[in-house]
Formats: sequence, structure tokens, C-alpha cells
Amino acid sequence: MNNNLKKTGKTNRFFKNFRMSVILLYIFLILLAIICYIPFYIMIINGTRSTTQINLGLSLLPGTGMVENYVKMQDSMNIWRGFLNSILVALPSTLFAGYFGALTAYAFSKFNFKGNRILFWLVLATMMVPTQLGLVGYYQLAGKLHLIDTLWALILPSIANAGTVFFLKMYIDANLSDSLLEASRIDGGNEFYIFNKVVFPIITPGVAMISILNFVFYWNNYITPLALLNSKDNYTLPILIALVKGTYKQNIGSQYLAVGISVIPIIISFMFFSRYIISGVAAGAIKE
Amino acid sequence: MERFRLRKDNYGYIFIIPFFLVFLGLQLYPILYTLYLSFQQYDGISNAQFIGLDNYARLIKDPVFLKAIYNTWRIWLCNFIPQLIFGLGLAAILTQSRIKGRSFFRAIYFLPNLVTAASIGILFSILLGRQYGTINQMLLGIGLIKEPIYFLGSPGWHGWGWPSITVSAILWWMWFGHSMIIFMAGIRAIPNNLYEAARVDGANGWQSFWKITLPLLKPIMIYVLVTSLIGGMQNFDVPYVIGEGMTLGTGEPQKVLLTMVMYLYNTAFKYSNRGYAAAIAYGLFFIIIVFSVIIFIFMQRREKQKV
Repeated sequence: MNNNLKKTGKTNRFFKNFRMSVILLYIFLILLAIICYIPFYIMIINGTRSTTQINLGLSLLPGTGMVENYVKMQDSMNIWRGFLNSILVALPSTLFAGYFGALTAYAFSKFNFKGNRILFWLVLATMMVPTQLGLVGYYQLAGKLHLIDTLWALILPSIANAGTVFFLKMYIDANLSDSLLEASRIDGGNEFYIFNKVVFPIITPGVAMISILNFVFYWNNYITPLALLNSKDNYTLPILIALVKGTYKQNIGSQYLAVGISVIPIIISFMFFSRYIISGVAAGAIKE
Repeated sequence: MERFRLRKDNYGYIFIIPFFLVFLGLQLYPILYTLYLSFQQYDGISNAQFIGLDNYARLIKDPVFLKAIYNTWRIWLCNFIPQLIFGLGLAAILTQSRIKGRSFFRAIYFLPNLVTAASIGILFSILLGRQYGTINQMLLGIGLIKEPIYFLGSPGWHGWGWPSITVSAILWWMWFGHSMIIFMAGIRAIPNNLYEAARVDGANGWQSFWKITLPLLKPIMIYVLVTSLIGGMQNFDVPYVIGEGMTLGTGEPQKVLLTMVMYLYNTAFKYSNRGYAAAIAYGLFFIIIVFSVIIFIFMQRREKQKV
């Protein structure tokens, strides 16, 4: 961008001569921020405007059509049912991935059993495999297990979440001391008790960090539920939202409102968790 | 004591059992079963029939699959290159302690990455509507254009038209903040005394960026490149929902938005040609493996040349 804005830590001696470029830099940063946020802003505003109002042109202030949009939206599609289904998938998936991921990562980190290294490499290798590779086979298997069109078909695989194991193994390596474990063993706790009562509370911050990311991933997942679910009552939110154009046709206000209902919870949670989410994303990459 | 250790370590096996049961049963088995299906003619209803490599022979000559490969790469490259530039540039700017509001900018640039891709695809297909789309209204309003742009309409020369550029732009919008965060973490990990030494030697900020930041970020850049490539080759959600018309996943206009995974999905679940879809899945996997390996070899060779 600019010669004088690279990392130096102290005031650069050229800095004062380049006020103008600093102003330009801020204009650029702010414009980019607007570009990142404005589609969501228009979505929220247009969700409150009637289709006629929307067709008349852009407005940055809310309209008066929200109730009408909502009634029409609920007439042809039960968005809240999709919302509930998404929670029913994402929440248990996140808990499974977090608990079993921690258990597996703990075993890889602190137990020197035969094959530890090889099995851990196997876990790492699966992270490189595209998720769609097994989709056709999984559909066939789910058919044999009578799991087609059930939410369980989406939840069960989360017990084996390789990325979570990888992340938590690094976390446990760095944050859990062997001496503490030895002390707990001398106190006579059995291994399961030690994991649940000693280890898990210590690694909870790491589990929470990866769980936020996992929740977002399971909440946003589109292709797997699209392939495995076929009745409207079981549809998760992304599947329903993807259908709004065909469902509401000319009723654009309801389309915006429906999309808004799927997006706003994410924006609100991000306002609370952004620090953890961002450090989770960064930590995953740096430890590689 | 020795006995105690042995017994203790064997608990490791018990702890990894749930993970590996599910991994073997619900992940590895389906992957191998897909491989098996790729040698079969199978429509999902009648009995599968072994046909050897016929599916693969058909795949390498299938014009639709070749087009899907081309589309997938075009969409990926057009979003990855600007993504890398913005990610690196912003990371270099936002790691400066004198910039105000760094955490605000960081958070807002990252926000689009968290939102459901399917919702984003739909949101933009409404915003980009030809007649009443807000983006056309805005551009017309400020007089930048005279006629509304048909963003999802004309395919363009070899697909280099509005629809493909639009999808790349959306993906750029969703991912540059993610790359930025990873680069920021990478830059923070570079020891500050390197910069101080460079400054003492009379290097300016721009020189330190090229001579210190970029070379030391190389492992992070490889990580971003490989993960983006793997993700980009699996591109599905946005192009699937955004296309022209009310039917999802057609890749229209003229299939310029048809990606490899869309073709895989349509073949398996719309046309129930499961055997052929399995071959497409392995074709996709092959492409990912080959290019990941090429990237690693290329990077290692360059590393050796320097030494």
C-alpha cells in the first residue's frame, strides 16, 4: 500500500510527510468495511420493506412491510422448523465432535501406545480428503442403515472430526502437564475419571474455541443434508433458504426476511465471539 | 512401575475407539465403497453391474466434466488471486500498531466468511436481480450505468462473462478476510528484532516487507494456497444456488457455473447415476492430489535452489 506503513513498532521518520496517504489508507479500509457489511444491511432493511417499496428503489431506512412479509413467508414455508432442525443437527454434532475429539486427542497426546504415531498420521491424512469423496458411498450406506431422511445421518459422523482431534492434540501438548496427570493417578483416580474430572476442565478453553468453529461449520453445511434429507419437515435451514426464490417468486420482501432469519443469528453470535473465532482460525493455521 | 505404565498406555486404545469406529464405519468405508461403485453401472435401484474402467474411460472424454473442471478452475483462480493480494496487503497494514480500529476492521472483514454460503448465494442472487435488484438500482441511481446489468445472464467468451465473475467476486468477498487473519497470525510470529535490525541497516518499510515478511510467510502461504485449492475444487454452495432460473444447480447460463461437485451431485442424486458419480468423485480427488503434490514439490525445489 504505502512505503511507510510496514511493521516497525516505532514512529517512522517518514511518517509525518505522508499524512495524505494515511488518510487514503483509512478511506480504503472503511470502504472495504462497507463492502463487507452493506449486503447484510440491505438484507435487514429490505426484510422490513414491502415488495412494492423494494421495487421502488434503494432505501437505507426500514420500511413498514415486515409483518406482511413475515405472514407471507410463513404461509408457504416453515422457516422456524428449519431453524429447529439446524439446531438439532449442529448442537449434538458440536458436542460429539468436542467430547470425542478431546478424548481422542488426549489419548494421542499423553498415552504411549503402540501405533500412536501411525494412527495420528492417518487422522491428519483424512483432513486432506475432500468431504464429497465418500458422499455417494455414504448415501448408499445410510440407505442400508435406514438413516436416509433422518437427522442422525448428519450427526453421527461428527464423532470422528479429524480437524478437532488435530487442534486439541496441539492444545493438550501445550497446556496439560504430565506431572498433574501423575499426581491424579497417585491419588487413585481411574483413567476415565481423570479425563472427565481433571483433563477436560483444563482443556475446556481449547474445546470451546474449536466448538464455536465446528458449530458454524455444521450450521452452514449444505451439500450433505441436501443429499440425505428428502422430506420438508427434516430440511435444515440452508436447504430451505436455497428454495426461497422458487417459493416466494415475486415476493421479494419475504425472500429477504427469510434469508435474514438465517443470517442474523450468525452476525449476533459473531459480535459476542469474534475474538475467540478469529484466534481459533489463526491458531489452526499457525500450528500446522 | 513398568507394569503400571503399560496398563496406563493401553487406555489410549480405549479412548480412541469411538473415534475410530465412526471413522472406519462412516467415513473410510463410504470412501472405499465409492471407489467400488466407480467400477459399477448402478442407478440406485436395480442391481449394480461390474463394468471395469468404463466409467473412467467415459469421464476423461466427457465434455461436461471437462467443462466443469475448466469452470471450477476459472472461478477459483479469479477469486484466489485477488484474495491473496488483499489478504497479504491487509495483514501487513493491520499488524501496524499505529493503525486505529484494527480489531474492528479485522472482525468486519472476516464476518462474511462465517455466514452460511447457501444463504449468501441466495442473498446475492436477489441483490443482483436484473429488474429490481438493489445493486442495479444503485448503479443506475448514481449514473454509473445506463441499462441494468444482467449479472447472471450472458455467459461471455468461454465463460468469462458476468455470471462467473460474479461468483468469483462473491467468493473473494467471503474469503479474503479469512486469508488475512491467517497472514496476520503469521506476521505476528515473525520476531520483531529482524525488523529492527533491518531498520538499523537502513531498510524502509517496503523493503522489509519484501525481504523479511514475504520470505518468512512462505509456509503460511503454502498452507493458504493448498487449503484454498482443496476448498476451491470442491466449490458447490454458491454456484449451486445462484444460477439463473428457479431450478437449483443447473449451472446456467450455458453451464458456465457448473462446477465439478455440482456435476457430481447432479449425476448422483438428480439423475441417479451413482456409479458414474463415484467416478467423478475420484476424478475430483485425483485432481486435488496431483495439484497439492505439484505445489509441495515446486516449493521444496525453490527452497533447495536458495541453499
